[in-house]
Amino acid sequence: MASTIAAAPVRSAGPSLRVRLYATLGVSGLISLVVIVIIASAAAFAPWVAPYDPQTTDLTSVFASPSPSHPLGTDALGRDLLSRLIWGGRTTFIGPLLVIIVSTIIGSALGITSAWVGGHVDNVIARFLDVMFALPGIVFALVAVAIYGAGLTAAVIGLSISYIPYVARVVRGAALRERKLPYVAACSVQGFSALRICVRHLLPNLRTIITAQAVASLGFAVVELAGISFLGLGVQPPTPDWGVSVATGLQAALQGYPAEALYAGTLIVVVVVAFNVLGDRLAATAESAKR
Amino acid sequence: MSVGGFLARRFVGFVVTLLIASFAVFSLMYIAPGDPLSFVLGTRSVSPERVAAAKARYNLDDPFLVRYWDWLTGVLHGDFGRSIVLNQEVSDLISVRLQTTALLVGYATVLFLLVGVALGAAAARRPGPIDSTLTVFATFAIAMPTFVLGTVLITFFAVELGWFPVYGAGVGIVGRLNHLTLPAVTLAFASAGYLARITRSALRDELGREHVETARSRGLSERSVFRRHVLRNALIPIVTVTGLTIGALIAGAVIVETIFALDGLGSLLVEAILKKDYPIVQSIVLILVIVFMVINFLTDVIYTLIDPRLDLGADPNA
Repeated sequence: MASTIAAAPVRSAGPSLRVRLYATLGVSGLISLVVIVIIASAAAFAPWVAPYDPQTTDLTSVFASPSPSHPLGTDALGRDLLSRLIWGGRTTFIGPLLVIIVSTIIGSALGITSAWVGGHVDNVIARFLDVMFALPGIVFALVAVAIYGAGLTAAVIGLSISYIPYVARVVRGAALRERKLPYVAACSVQGFSALRICVRHLLPNLRTIITAQAVASLGFAVVELAGISFLGLGVQPPTPDWGVSVATGLQAALQGYPAEALYAGTLIVVVVVAFNVLGDRLAATAESAKR
Repeated sequence: MSVGGFLARRFVGFVVTLLIASFAVFSLMYIAPGDPLSFVLGTRSVSPERVAAAKARYNLDDPFLVRYWDWLTGVLHGDFGRSIVLNQEVSDLISVRLQTTALLVGYATVLFLLVGVALGAAAARRPGPIDSTLTVFATFAIAMPTFVLGTVLITFFAVELGWFPVYGAGVGIVGRLNHLTLPAVTLAFASAGYLARITRSALRDELGREHVETARSRGLSERSVFRRHVLRNALIPIVTVTGLTIGALIAGAVIVETIFALDGLGSLLVEAILKKDYPIVQSIVLILVIVFMVINFLTDVIYTLIDPRLDLGADPNA
C-alpha cells in the first residue's frame, strides 16, 4: 500500500495552530477571520443570542431610538433591530455558502476533467464556459428567479451556475501544472485509474487554490445575493435578511429613520471586506507555495 | 496570422456564441414550470377564443425549433412580441427605457475612468501614507454593494441635505444629469476602486522596469517619462479591465435604477420578473446578453490589437 503511505500527512511536532494560522493569514487575515467567526456564530446561535423574536411586532414603539431594552432601536413595525440583524445573518451566510459549495464542486469537476482529458472535451468545455463568462452573475440569478419564482432557492441556483466558470478556469490551470509533476506519472505507472488519481491525489494537492478561490468568491456571493433580496426577488419579507433590511431601511430612511439601512449596510460591507481580505491572503499563500 | 484573418476568425466565433446564447435565452423561458400558454397569456384565466388566438399568434403547435426560428427572425426585424401585463409592443417599451440606461452607464463610465485612473496613478507615484490610504479606500470601495451605497447617498445627499433629487429621471439635459448624478456615483464607486487597484499595480510594474530607468538616466523629465513610457505600457491591463467593468456597470444598473426609481431597462426587467411578464423578461435578457458579448468581443479585439507582442494565431484559452 505504497500510496497510503505517500498520501498520509506527516504529523510532526511542528509549530502550533496559532503560529501556522498567523503564517498563512497575516494580521489582516487573522482579524478578518475573527470578525467572520464572531458574526457567523452570532447568526448560528441566534435563538440564544438575540434578545427578541425577529418577527414580533410592537406597534407601541415604532422607530424607537436605541435604549437599554432595544440596543439598536426598532423598525417601522416596532421589531427589534438588533434581533433582526442577528437572525438576518443566517440567510445572508447560508445562501452564499450554498452558492460556493455547489459551484466549487461542479467547477472543480469540470476543471479537472478539462485538464485531464484535454483535446475535444477541453475545447467544448472551454467554449461553453466562455459563453457563461460573458454574463454577470446577477443575470443568471434574475433568469432563475423569472423561471422558478422569487425566493432564495432560485437565486442560489442561478448564482451557483454563474460561479462555475470562475472555479473551472482556475482549477483547470492548476490541474494542468499539477499533472505534469512526477507523482502523477508514478501513480499511473502503478496502474491506478484516472478517477482514483484525480480524486485521491490531484484534488488534495489543489485544495489550497480551490479554497482561496472559494473564500474570495464568498464576498461577491454575499453582495449579489443580498442585492437580489434587496430587489425583492430573493429572501422574502418578513424573513429577516440583511439585503431585505437595506430595502425596508431605505423606505424608513426616506421618512427620516436611516438606522436600519445603515446598520445592515455596514454589516454587509464589513463581512465582504473580511472575506475579500481573507481570500487575497489565501491566494497569496497559494501563489507562494507554488514556487 | 494577419490582422484581417484574426478579426474574421474572432467575428465568426462571436456570431456562433451569440446564436448559442439566443437559443439558450429562448429555451430558458420554456423550461419554466407550466404550460407555454401561461407564458404568453399570464396566469389569468382566459376564454377559449383567446387561447386559440394566442396559439395561432405564437404558433404554439409548431415544433420547438420552428418556433425558435420564427422568434429569432422576428427579433432580427425588431419584433420582440407583446407585453402580457402592459399589452404594448415590447420594442416600444424598451426603446424608451434604453436611453435612460445608456445615459446612466455612460455617465458612470466617465466617472469611474477619471477617478479610477487618477487615484491609481496617485497611489503608484507616491508610496507611503497616500498609497496605503488609497489602497484601504479601494478595498472598501470594491466591497461596497451598490444598494448599500445608494441608500446611504439618498439618505445624506437627498433626504438630509436636499442637494439632489431623491427619485426620477428629470427633464432637459441639465435636469437629467442632475437627477442621474447620485445614481451614476453609486454605480461607478466600486468600479473606480477596482480600476484604481489595477492601475496602481500596472503602473508599479512598469515603473520598476529597466526601460524607465534608462529614460530617466537620459535626463527626460519625470513628467514625460511617466506619460510616454509608463502610462502607455500600463494601458493594456487598464483597457481590458475597463471593458469588463462596463459590462458589470450594466448589470449594476438593474439595482441602481430600482433604488433611484429610474425608468431604465433594469428597473423594467425587475418589474417584469415580479409580474411574470415573460416576453419583456426574455427580450431584456437577450439585449443584455448581446450587449455584454459585444463589449467582451470589442475588449478582446482592442486589447489584442494594442499589444503587438500577442500572437494573433494563439489559442485564447491556452
